[in-house]
Amino acid sequence: MTPHRPDREVAIVAFAQSDHRRRTDDLSEVEMVMPVLHEVLRQTGLKTSDIGFTCSGSSDYLAGRAFSFTMALDGVGAWPPISESHVETDGAWALYEAWVKLLTGEADTALVYSYGKASPGSVRDVLTRQLDPYYLAPLWPDSVALAALQAQALLDAGATDEPALAAIAARSRQDAADNPHAQLPGARPQGEYLVQPLRTGDCPPIGDGAAAVILAAGDRARELCSRPAWIRGMDHRIEAHSLGVRDLTDSPSTRLAAERAGAFEAPVDTAELHAPFTSQEVVLRRALDLDESVRVNPSGGALAANPVMAAGLIRLGEAAARIHRGDSDRALAHATSGPCLQQNLVAVLEGEPHVR
Amino acid sequence: MSGKAVTSKEPVAVVGIGQTKHVAARRDVSIAGLVREAAVRALEDAELTWADIDAVVIGKAPDFFEGVMMPELYLADALGAVGKPMLRVHTAGSVGGSTALVAANLVAARVHRTVLTLAFEKQSESNAMWGLSLPVPFQQPLLAGAGGFFAPHVRAYMRRTGAPDTIGSLVAYKDRRNALKNPYAHLHEHDLTLEKVQASPMLWDPIRYSETCPSSDGACAMVLTDRTGAARSPRPPAWVHGGAMRSEPTLFAGKDFVSPRAGRDCAADVYRQAGITDPRREIDAVEMYVPFSWYEPMWLENLGFAEEGEGWKLTEAGVTELDGDLPVNPSGGVLSTNPIGASGMIRFAEAALQVRGEAGEHQVDGARRALGHAYGGGAQFFSMWLVGDTPPAG
Repeated sequence: MTPHRPDREVAIVAFAQSDHRRRTDDLSEVEMVMPVLHEVLRQTGLKTSDIGFTCSGSSDYLAGRAFSFTMALDGVGAWPPISESHVETDGAWALYEAWVKLLTGEADTALVYSYGKASPGSVRDVLTRQLDPYYLAPLWPDSVALAALQAQALLDAGATDEPALAAIAARSRQDAADNPHAQLPGARPQGEYLVQPLRTGDCPPIGDGAAAVILAAGDRARELCSRPAWIRGMDHRIEAHSLGVRDLTDSPSTRLAAERAGAFEAPVDTAELHAPFTSQEVVLRRALDLDESVRVNPSGGALAANPVMAAGLIRLGEAAARIHRGDSDRALAHATSGPCLQQNLVAVLEGEPHVR
Repeated sequence: MSGKAVTSKEPVAVVGIGQTKHVAARRDVSIAGLVREAAVRALEDAELTWADIDAVVIGKAPDFFEGVMMPELYLADALGAVGKPMLRVHTAGSVGGSTALVAANLVAARVHRTVLTLAFEKQSESNAMWGLSLPVPFQQPLLAGAGGFFAPHVRAYMRRTGAPDTIGSLVAYKDRRNALKNPYAHLHEHDLTLEKVQASPMLWDPIRYSETCPSSDGACAMVLTDRTGAARSPRPPAWVHGGAMRSEPTLFAGKDFVSPRAGRDCAADVYRQAGITDPRREIDAVEMYVPFSWYEPMWLENLGFAEEGEGWKLTEAGVTELDGDLPVNPSGGVLSTNPIGASGMIRFAEAALQVRGEAGEHQVDGARRALGHAYGGGAQFFSMWLVGDTPPAG
C-alpha cells in the first residue's frame, strides 16, 4: 500500500499531561483535565477563543454515566460556542479527527484532549463490556486474561520468552524514572503471576490521568513552536473482533497503518508504542520492523502509566515532545484500542519541515 | 504550501443511502445484523461493493443504550471494516449528523475517496430514559429523561413569544401524517386526528404524549465519495455545500435554552459556506431535529427561517406542511422515528434524498437545496449540513 501524503503541513506544537495516579478521588474529571488544558494553551500563548477546532476522547463506561464528556466541555470554556467534536475512544483518534479537519483547511489550529478515571470501578471488569455482547461478554473474560492468551501464543510460537518480557518491563520502568508524570517510575519487582504467563510486572498500572495536545498548520505551527513535530503521515486500521480468527502473534493492522503513514520510507529514531502489556511490545516491534537502534518508549510507555483513553494520545504527545526538545528527528507514535491490539493507529512525526 | 492558504477541498457527494425499517424492537436481528442491513442498502443504492469502501465512520448515542462499551470494535466485521480505518464519533443527540460530517471531511481532505458512514440505535436493548438518568453527584439530574429537561424550555418559548398552545399539536399531526408516506418511518398512525393529538395524555407539561418521539430500533447509512466517484454514480448524487458543528456549555447563567447561540452560529456557518443569504427563500426543504413538537417553531427561529418570536406563525399558517412553502420534516421526522444515535444521520440522509429526487411519496417537488439538522445534549451540540442537486461552485 502506498503511503498517503497529506496536502497540508500539520504539526503537534504543544503537549501536556497530568501526573498519573492510582486514584484521584479528590478530583472530578473536569478538575483533572483543566490544568492540562491550561498548560498546553500556556505553552502556545493561545486562548480558547483562538482555537479553530476542538476534539476529545473519553468513555462513558469509565465515567459510569451517559454523555460524560459534556461536563469536561464545560471546563474547556466553550463560550462563545466552539467548533467541537468527540470520539468515544482513546484521544489518539480525536487527534486523527482533528488532523483531518486541519487538512480540509477549515481550521488552522486544534485542541485535542482526553482523559480517563479507571479508579472508581474495576477496569478489568469494565473492559469486558467492549466484547461481543452475545457470545463473549457474557463470559466476562477480563483484559489481563485476554492479554495472557496473546502472550502465551507468543511464547508457544517462540517469539519471546519470560526473561525477555521481564527485560521489557525493567527497561520501561527504568526509563520512567526520568518521567515526572509516570505512575510507576523506577525499578519494580517482576512479581507473581497475575494470569499466567503474565506477571504483575508485565501488566500496566491502573490509574487516572489526562493529556492534551495542540495541532497547528503550516506557518501557524512555526509561529507557535520553535521546532514543530510535523505529522508526515497518520493512519489507523482495525482487525476482526473475535480473537479466534486473528493471529495474536501478529498485528497486520499496525503494519498496514504504518505503511500508509509512510513509516517504512526512512528509519525512525524513536518509537512511542502503546503496549500496555510487555508481550504487546514484542508484537508491535515485529509488525513495525523496529530494531535495537530505535529508542522505544523513552517515556516508560503504558507500562509506567496507562490512563485508559489517554494513554494513546500520550504516545503521540511524548513522541512530539522529543522532537520539540531536539531529542528526535523522526519518530513513530502508536496507539491501540480494543482487546489484544484489535485497532491500531500509527503516526510519523518529523522535526524538520519536509521539502516539496 | 502555506498553512494560511486554505487548501481547495474535494467536493463531497452522497451516492448511497440506506435505512432500516424503524420499529420499536427488532428482536429478529442482533446489533450487527441491524447495522449491516442499513449498510448493505446504502451500498446497493450506490451500486458499490464492500471493496469500494476505503473507511468506515460510525456514530451512536451513549453506549449505555445497548450496554456495549465502544461497540464499533465488535461491529468491525459486520461493517466490512476489517483491514480498514474505522472511526467512532459520539456527540450526544447530534451524533448522527456529526458522524456524517466527520466522514465527509475524510473525503474533503482527500484522505479517502469513498467512505461508508453509519449511525444506529437499538433502543430495545435497554431503556433510554433511565440510561439518561443515572445520578451524578453535585449535578442536577436529567429529570426523568429528555422530556423533563426540555419541557421548561418549551414553556419559556410559549411565554416569550405568546404562541397559542395549539401549535405543538399541529406539528405532531403534520409529522405523523408525513410519516405515512415514508415506508421506513416507525410510527404509521393511520387513524390519527388533530383532536386525538390534543386529547393525548400530558407527560411533561406542556408536552403531550403524541407530541413526543418514539423509542426506535434503527440504523441509517450513507456512502460519501469524491468527484470521480460521483461521476460513476448510477443515480443523481446529493452534493454537500456546507457543514458545521458547534458546541456550548450545558449550564451557565447566560445560556438561552430557547434559542441557543451554538445553533444560530452553526446555521450561519453552513449558510456562509453554501452562499445562502436568505434561508427562507433559498432552501427548499428542511429535515430538522424535532423530538418534541414545539421544537419546530423554536428551531425555525434558531435556524434563521423566521424572525425571533415568529416561528410559530409559519407553523400555524401551514408553511411547514409537505405542500407548504417551506416543508419541514417531510419524512415524518424524529417525532415519527427516533433511533437516537441514528436520528441526526436520518435528517442528513433525508435532506440528501430530497435533492436527489429519491424521496418517493414524501418528495418535495423540485427540491434543489435542503438542510439537515441535528442537536443534542442540553441543547448544546449542533451539527448541520446543506446539500444541493449540483456540485458546489469553485
